[in-house]
Amino acid sequence: MAIKESIQSNFQTMKWSAWLGWQMESNWTNPFKFLVYTIARPIASSLILVVMYLIITGGITYTDQFHYIYVSNAFFMYVFWVLFGITWVIHDDREHFQTMKYIYISPSNYFSYMIGRSISKIIITTFSIFITLGFGVLFLDIPLSLTAVNWPLFLLVMVIGLLSLISFGLALAGVSFLTAKHSGGVNESIAGIFYLFCGVVFPVHILPVWAVVFSKILPITYWLELVRRSLNLGVGVDTALAGTSTETSLIILCVSTIIFTIIAFSIFFLGDHLARKKGLIDMTTAY
Amino acid sequence: MTIPAIEVKDLNRTFKTKAVKKKAKAEIVDALKDVNLTINEGELFGLLGPNGAGKTTLIKILCTLLLPSSGEAKVLGHDVEAESHKIRHKINMVSGGETSGYGLLTVRENLWLFSQLYGMPNKIAKERIDALLGVMELEHKKDSKIRTLSTGLRQKANIVRGFMTNPSLIFLDEPTLGLDVNASRLIRDFIKNWIKEKEGRTVLLTTHYMMEADELCDRVAIINDGKLLACDTPANLKKLINQDTTIKLEIRRVQDLSAFQEIPGVRSFTHDHNITAGITKLKFILDDDAIVADIVAAVPKSGSKIVSVEKTEPTLEDVFVTLVGRGLTNDI
Repeated sequence: MAIKESIQSNFQTMKWSAWLGWQMESNWTNPFKFLVYTIARPIASSLILVVMYLIITGGITYTDQFHYIYVSNAFFMYVFWVLFGITWVIHDDREHFQTMKYIYISPSNYFSYMIGRSISKIIITTFSIFITLGFGVLFLDIPLSLTAVNWPLFLLVMVIGLLSLISFGLALAGVSFLTAKHSGGVNESIAGIFYLFCGVVFPVHILPVWAVVFSKILPITYWLELVRRSLNLGVGVDTALAGTSTETSLIILCVSTIIFTIIAFSIFFLGDHLARKKGLIDMTTAY
Repeated sequence: MTIPAIEVKDLNRTFKTKAVKKKAKAEIVDALKDVNLTINEGELFGLLGPNGAGKTTLIKILCTLLLPSSGEAKVLGHDVEAESHKIRHKINMVSGGETSGYGLLTVRENLWLFSQLYGMPNKIAKERIDALLGVMELEHKKDSKIRTLSTGLRQKANIVRGFMTNPSLIFLDEPTLGLDVNASRLIRDFIKNWIKEKEGRTVLLTTHYMMEADELCDRVAIINDGKLLACDTPANLKKLINQDTTIKLEIRRVQDLSAFQEIPGVRSFTHDHNITAGITKLKFILDDDAIVADIVAAVPKSGSKIVSVEKTEPTLEDVFVTLVGRGLTNDI
């Protein structure tokens, strides 16, 4: 009975914090402007990438390399928005809205609250990725065919990959408990590291040996590779994971996600404890 | 035997302040020093102290926002450190002087969110929100976004958030800070009625306003520099200085008050300059009546003239001044 009540309570917390997240993202303007912004933002980001690619390649259009970069960048939006978004929740709730202390002392589990806020980020980002891919298919000859997609693999990889991203986000949230608003750059730096080492814009094999080793322990490297393989896009590019079978990549993704999740959860709860010990739960810095 | 609502034993809390210069050592500040306190169920308990006295630190520990450095603190029979999850569904807190709330949400949406975080059933949440918005005269603003409300209205919404969960124990940290007279009175009346409505409800209130503590509280503790100096009913606290003489003196405005500090037998005094009226109000606590003559004689020496002299009954503020050595609004 107690377990059932606990599950219900945590689900309730996640549901309402996800609702709050959605309200915060969508409620800043009228629905029409929000729709325009939601569509224009991912398309504008895609066009920047297209222009950069065309300039660098001297006008050679739409090879496997382009498909690789386009798809990787589209799915990397999850990394940026989930990592950055989750940690910003702590700073915003604590310093801007001054609600964190009231949520913290409520009977709801703060961990579940953060997961709910992450889910809202994922839903919003999914919409942006959908638009980006649709734009790519319609205007940039991205050969995405729904019949060619390995759906079971795609869905499995997405669930595991998003779990690893939420874990990374929660680890950074644990750090954010102890840092002030102006240190938000840490989150961007971590996202930047993933951008560089996880094979987003260029294949991992062109990195120095130590960087290849580093990239091969990060679950996001395998996640992006498996997303590309399941969508059957950009797979002709040598990514340094070319010799690793899909099954092996999936196993490595699972194992590294489990390890990072354990580490991330530990960091979150340690950060929570230290913040309560140091009196930082309601810190306002006026920066 | 009834479990006390709050039981604090030898509670200490220190903070390490960051060194400004690289080679300088970090300073350790004692925010609470060996605090012992018991608050009974059903009490409206006041905590009085100047800024930095330790009031908010004590409240933060009791409402599970902060861990103690040493000692024991129990809320409704549960340890604040080990059993915070058992405490949280029975308590709530309202802080004054802040503008908390999600500005993009309406008053109702903000309150609804918190009702759901407390697991309140929908019907009960709706009824309580509506009822409390009515009591706080906020009904007409329920669909307004929080960011459009004035500080006073936001504080009223904050009060609704704190009370709507029907807590057994509520912490009110300067709930009327910065509010106008009418809003303050409304909130004070609400607190008085709320605690009487149902047996077993407890309130821990911190305030800067002595009159508020005097009017509302069953018992009051005076805290300064992290130490509890006294704890009793307002009437008993006043008896501590009943044998002393308290006089109010209005004089033409004067800057130099040193002449009054040197008079033997003056236990403490506070002052308040009224710039527009050109008057300085002085309040003295004296060892006996004979010293009144010395004070009156000191007025011309300070270059001023007497406007009025009045002997008064001791107030909670006089107790505070006697124990702390200064008033809440000035440092003399």
